[in-house]
Amino acid sequence: MVQYVWLIPLLPLIGAFINGVFGSRLSKTTVGVLASALMGVSFIIACSIFVHIISLPVHERSIEVSVYNWMTSGQFSVDINFLVDPLSTLMILVVTGVGFLIHVYSTGYMHHDKAFWRFFSYLNLFVFFMLMLVLGGNYLVMFLGWEGVGLCSYLLIGFWYEKKSASDAGKKAFVVNRVGDFGFILGLFLLFWTLSDSGIHSLNYGEVFAHAGSIDPATITIITLLLFVGACGKSAQFPLYVWLPDAMEGPTPVSALIHAATMVTAGVYMVARNNALYSLAPFTGEIVASVGIFTAFFAASIGLVQNDIKKVLAYSTVSQLGYMFAAVGVGAYTAGVFHLMTHAFFKGLLFLGSGSVIHAMSGEQDMRKMGGLHKHLKFTSTTFIIGAVAIAGIPPLAGFWSKDEILWEVFEKGHIYIWITGLVTAGMTAFYMFRQVFMTFTGECRADEHTKHHIHESPKSMTVPLIILAVLAVTGGVVGIPFFEEGTAAHHFLNSVFSHGAAVVNHQGAAAHDSEAIYGGLEFILMIVSVCVGALGIFLASLMYYEPMKKYAPSFWKAEVMASKFSGLYTLLYNKWYVDEIYDACIVNPIKRACAACLRFDLGVLDGMVNGAGWLTRFAAWLSHKFDIYVIDGLVNSMATGVSLDGRILRRLSSGQIQHYALVFVLGLIVIFGGFILGY
Amino acid sequence: MIENTLNFPILSLLIAIPLAGAIALFFFPREEKDAIRMTALGFTLVNFIASLLLLFYFDTSTYKMQFVERYDWIPWIGVQYFVGMDGISLLLMLLITLTSVIAVLCSWTAVEERVKEFMIHILILETGMVGVFVALDMILFFLFWEIGLVPMFFLIGVWGGKRKLYANIKFFLYTLFGSVFMLAAIIALYFAHGKATGVYTFDLLKLYEVTYSYDLQWWVFLAFFLGFAIKVPVFPFHTWLPDAHVEAPTAGSVILAAILLKMGTYGFLRFNLPLTLQASYTFAPFIVLLAVVGIVYGAFLAMAQKDIKKLVAYSSVSHLGAVMAGIFAMNQQGIDGGVLQMINHGVSTGGLFLLIGMIYERRHTREIADFGGLAKVMPVYATLALVIFFSSIGLPGTNGFVGEIMILVGLFRANVMMAAIGATGVILGAAYMLWMYQRVWFGKVTHAENAGLKDLSPREIVTLAPIIILIFWMGIFPGHFLKLTRASTAHLTEMIERNQAVMDMIAGSGRMTVEIPRNGAAKPDAQAQAGADAHVAAVHE
Repeated sequence: MVQYVWLIPLLPLIGAFINGVFGSRLSKTTVGVLASALMGVSFIIACSIFVHIISLPVHERSIEVSVYNWMTSGQFSVDINFLVDPLSTLMILVVTGVGFLIHVYSTGYMHHDKAFWRFFSYLNLFVFFMLMLVLGGNYLVMFLGWEGVGLCSYLLIGFWYEKKSASDAGKKAFVVNRVGDFGFILGLFLLFWTLSDSGIHSLNYGEVFAHAGSIDPATITIITLLLFVGACGKSAQFPLYVWLPDAMEGPTPVSALIHAATMVTAGVYMVARNNALYSLAPFTGEIVASVGIFTAFFAASIGLVQNDIKKVLAYSTVSQLGYMFAAVGVGAYTAGVFHLMTHAFFKGLLFLGSGSVIHAMSGEQDMRKMGGLHKHLKFTSTTFIIGAVAIAGIPPLAGFWSKDEILWEVFEKGHIYIWITGLVTAGMTAFYMFRQVFMTFTGECRADEHTKHHIHESPKSMTVPLIILAVLAVTGGVVGIPFFEEGTAAHHFLNSVFSHGAAVVNHQGAAAHDSEAIYGGLEFILMIVSVCVGALGIFLASLMYYEPMKKYAPSFWKAEVMASKFSGLYTLLYNKWYVDEIYDACIVNPIKRACAACLRFDLGVLDGMVNGAGWLTRFAAWLSHKFDIYVIDGLVNSMATGVSLDGRILRRLSSGQIQHYALVFVLGLIVIFGGFILGY
Repeated sequence: MIENTLNFPILSLLIAIPLAGAIALFFFPREEKDAIRMTALGFTLVNFIASLLLLFYFDTSTYKMQFVERYDWIPWIGVQYFVGMDGISLLLMLLITLTSVIAVLCSWTAVEERVKEFMIHILILETGMVGVFVALDMILFFLFWEIGLVPMFFLIGVWGGKRKLYANIKFFLYTLFGSVFMLAAIIALYFAHGKATGVYTFDLLKLYEVTYSYDLQWWVFLAFFLGFAIKVPVFPFHTWLPDAHVEAPTAGSVILAAILLKMGTYGFLRFNLPLTLQASYTFAPFIVLLAVVGIVYGAFLAMAQKDIKKLVAYSSVSHLGAVMAGIFAMNQQGIDGGVLQMINHGVSTGGLFLLIGMIYERRHTREIADFGGLAKVMPVYATLALVIFFSSIGLPGTNGFVGEIMILVGLFRANVMMAAIGATGVILGAAYMLWMYQRVWFGKVTHAENAGLKDLSPREIVTLAPIIILIFWMGIFPGHFLKLTRASTAHLTEMIERNQAVMDMIAGSGRMTVEIPRNGAAKPDAQAQAGADAHVAAVHE
């Protein structure tokens, strides 16, 4: 079965091809069914591979499938190959499973769009590249997927290309991602050549990880940092996160699939995949965790005051990705990947829910113009609230288990500041999510009459995926429930992949594991703390935004009062810390000015020199012509000899014809060079 | 004398077919434009198919010249008609014959005036180009090099745009200026070889056999450098290129980008590296520097352009900077990547010029600001353009990626800092290409003239089809192409490494001459003579 793993990415690729080439002539039903069905088949194959993998003994759960040699140049030889192991199996399950649901949802959501076929072609193509990314057995195949998802992200963000803001956002996403990729490929080169020096000419994970220990610590730190730059781009971490909020210009299913559930988690996957390298570079780990938790806090702070329903979710995604990096940064790879999975469920759900709301509101995205939608959109609002509870970290929903595992691991490994920041951010998360819930679904509807009139629940093709995702968001946490003898199911399953890294970390933290029993109790206490923080966030949001609760709120606890009281902070947050403006001033504009300066230099100096040389030649020709007429001819005439031949030759030479100059030039050079050689 | 296993003068045939076509066209009445076009297409197609035959007989296991033909031409100075090819020439040959077919196709309706002369020039140009890449006699090479210049001169001068005269003179004189130095270098080698061995010949393979004194190598390298660097063009010798491109008709631009620029990079591979290897070590860091500056500088300039064609022309400067950086990384990956990128650039930038030609034919403007929203009006055009754009950006899965990544892998080995600066090209390339794509294809249709534009005709799609196919073929299965050049590049690399080892052995700096037996094929007496000139004792392996 595993031998046919290439079918999983191939099927969506076929779908992309058929829909891309013939889609305009097919009916919408055919296009939608074809794209979704291929995804469904991929998902079934992925499931069977999962079954196959868990049936194998633990140490045999890593299978490499090579398809063909991609490129070879000397020692640099790269295959197109796949690595099937618990990590990639989990990833393909998430990608094909959530992908399938979002395809189904899109058949409803995009139904009115003229370019329906183009959308599904891109969406299928995206899934193909995403599967290549997570299944790839070496760094270059990962990079193929890595860049490919970037392409699809570009195409789908700018799907409504007639809108300037959409095509701007697409371009920004691609270019910012490329900044990250720049770091990634340099890391890749350094890794390749470092290993190559010790005789390992391979970019296959298996060989690289097996020999990672031979790389000296400084080099491995640089390698991992460079790779992390790539992750910052793809997974929208500070300072390269700026493209993700703008990416919300794309259709909502795209935001759900690409910019929440799958593509943006690629960086987390990459770090987890490279746990063997990252565990050897504790300094990089610190950086990853710090960047992660800072991003988590930073993005959450912006999310507190945004009014666009999708923007809130976008900053929330950036923030949650920050958690994942905090986890993988401290070496809690399982926790990071676990959160990646549950996040795919609940954030996918929230985005699709917001899409359903936008669909109902005739395209309106401003929460200030919503409100009271619960009575019109029962399914949507119920599932959305489930998603919000999940992300807020309320047990027993999925988000609670995964987020709590991260916080616990961070605490256990002694990163108290990261833990505190994470805890505060968890409270902020609960606050902004319930601010959103209350603003959207409760109170009076603030929409205009026309929009109000059109509010309707979405079709089945949209609500059914919502319900399935809601179920997953509730139950998805079971694989991560601690307090079992053997550790969590997720831990158990992923253990063989992270054993490289774990060996190192456990060795360092051996002392910490001595008193397991005490920690068991502590873990429970911390759990209660984080639940309280989440509940507090919800409570504070309800005091500010939920009508029935508002009357209990102290007088200063009102949105308007707070905004005016801390107007400086509010403005700062509302304008997203002015990061885009800072980038424009410090990077974009200087580059534009440099471009203009280069152009002036090129036309003025370089071309000026060429033209100047041309002008000088003409001037010399003119001079010699004058010389010819006045001096030579004059001499000739005055001497009155019959040798007008000279004059004619010279006139020939200065005839202004290129060939003659060239001839003279060549002859002269031959003489000079010949003389040089002969006399040498 | 035909010295090949095929026993057939296949290379001469490839040179002769387009020439025969040109001669045949002389006898056509000028009004019968379609007959002229069909005939030209026929000859280029036949040549393309004939060149494909080479693939069946080509031996990929050797770096040695194949399909060799050798006849005395001017015996008293040692000039021969001597042609042959290795893998590098083969790839470029296929690119030439394909590009010529495309050049005829893309001029089908674009050129209505003097069709006969136009096609004749295209065919003569093809002869010249084929000749350049198979000539193994230096004088023959020079001859073909100059032959290629003349039809191009007319293509720009007669069928060019508004500033064609200025652009043309600049192109012609600049190239000629460079080729004069090249000729001087050839002659210097000729005398040096003659002096060392007593045999005065322009036979390239013979010239390879002697190791020249470092001083001579230094000068010869520099002279060749000027000739080839202008052609490539290497920063700062590039200013003729945007002008020539902008003024040239589409077919001219396509050929210029796809083939003529490659003459320069090919020259570095065929002449500079093997003939003046020790000087190459000296110059390589400077050339890599110029190349990397070219990558960034070209990209910056591309970003500042308002004319689509100029933008693409400057992007060529950037891409060819990458090729040069790869070649002068002087290791297997760099050279392999450089060779592949030569073809890639031919395919993708050739494709870009075709795209520009198609829209110019419809709108007679190339100002970016005159467009917008073309994706809506011309969806097929937009899709194919997107593929070619991403090939140019170097997206994995397309040809551009494979060449780029191999160049950077090689360059990283040679010089980490240069690789890091060069790699910024991946960011900048994406920026200027996507920005242009956005301004031309995305957005609303803001100019009424654009609203009624027709999408691509079947002929235009056929013109672009080979480009699209190659983009994916070379991106997904680059091995099929790398296989052809592997023996040649491996041989070159081996030579470089062997020399490097010897250079490393001899401590010291400054100008020094090291004598190394080349390819193990040098004649003992030749070596003894060359050794006499050496400043430092000869080192034998």
